[in-house]
Amino acid sequence: MVGIVLVSHSAGLAAETAALARSIAGDDVPVAAAGGTGDGGLGASVDLVEQAIRAADQGDGVLLVADLGSSVLTARLVEEPGRVVLADVPFVEGTIAAAVTAGAGAPLGQVLAAADEARGFRKCT
Amino acid sequence: MDTGFFVTWLRDAATRIRLQRDRLTELDAAIGDADHGANLDRGFTEVCKALEDWPPTAPAQALLTAGTTLIRRVGGASGPLYGSAFRAMGKALQDPVTLPGFAAAFEAGVVAVERLGKAAPGDKTMIDALAPASRALTAAVEKGLTPYEAFHRAAVAAEEGSRATIPMRARKGRASYLGERSVGHEDPGAASSALILGALAGVAVKEATKEVD
Repeated sequence: MVGIVLVSHSAGLAAETAALARSIAGDDVPVAAAGGTGDGGLGASVDLVEQAIRAADQGDGVLLVADLGSSVLTARLVEEPGRVVLADVPFVEGTIAAAVTAGAGAPLGQVLAAADEARGFRKCT
Repeated sequence: MDTGFFVTWLRDAATRIRLQRDRLTELDAAIGDADHGANLDRGFTEVCKALEDWPPTAPAQALLTAGTTLIRRVGGASGPLYGSAFRAMGKALQDPVTLPGFAAAFEAGVVAVERLGKAAPGDKTMIDALAPASRALTAAVEKGLTPYEAFHRAAVAAEEGSRATIPMRARKGRASYLGERSVGHEDPGAASSALILGALAGVAVKEATKEVD
């Protein structure tokens, strides 16, 4: 199964988004959170992102979903073409679309495409 | 320019960032999240420690150590950006270091920042200080100027570039969320870039003084 890693400025935001995604997509989907700096502050940590990638990686690739600024830059630093890929998507909607598709056993390219589609989701129309 | 030159540059940059930490944080409070001064101070303090713990034996190694430390320790956007810049510079730098070699390596560092941040000149980012500095270095090489004169011109170009971000509207980074409200403030990343270039010019003065002595 493709793994999902959430890279956020906030540890709480990453952890809760991961919990939300698992509650919708199923507990067996490997969703790992990498939020905040290692010492509990707001920001991004390469070490935490690398740990989360190792935790979520089952050998089928990992999709990174980042929130803002340094999260995006940090995620871009750890990308590995074809294996660890950053999605350019809204944080919550992209994560859920990716997790549901990963849970169905889809390969990394399809999980990325599903996350990409989330950019066009409308909520009120 | 030997290994000691680069270690002194990085240490002096750390000192200047520490002295200007509150100004950088104030600039960032206006259009960002008020952590640029503290983040960079922490990162460069760690760089100084790393240079003591693993004394570099070549100029490129000093830059690679600095880059890796900044990527791992800063926690804000400036960590990956400056970290990638120093690493790209280190990878491009040939020993012994000449001014043309330095200018080419510096340009490689600026390209790394542009690639990672996807920022272009005029976006109100550190590129607006780094790109003019890189052009000043290249121009100095073409004119056959001394390293002292070249670094002085690069520092002036970075300082002018940083001040030129004041009327710009941010198109990258956290400040871009503010739209028009980002106008009228100097970009903190451009300001810290000017400090790092200022340190380079300062070290070149020290070296030139040694030669005169």
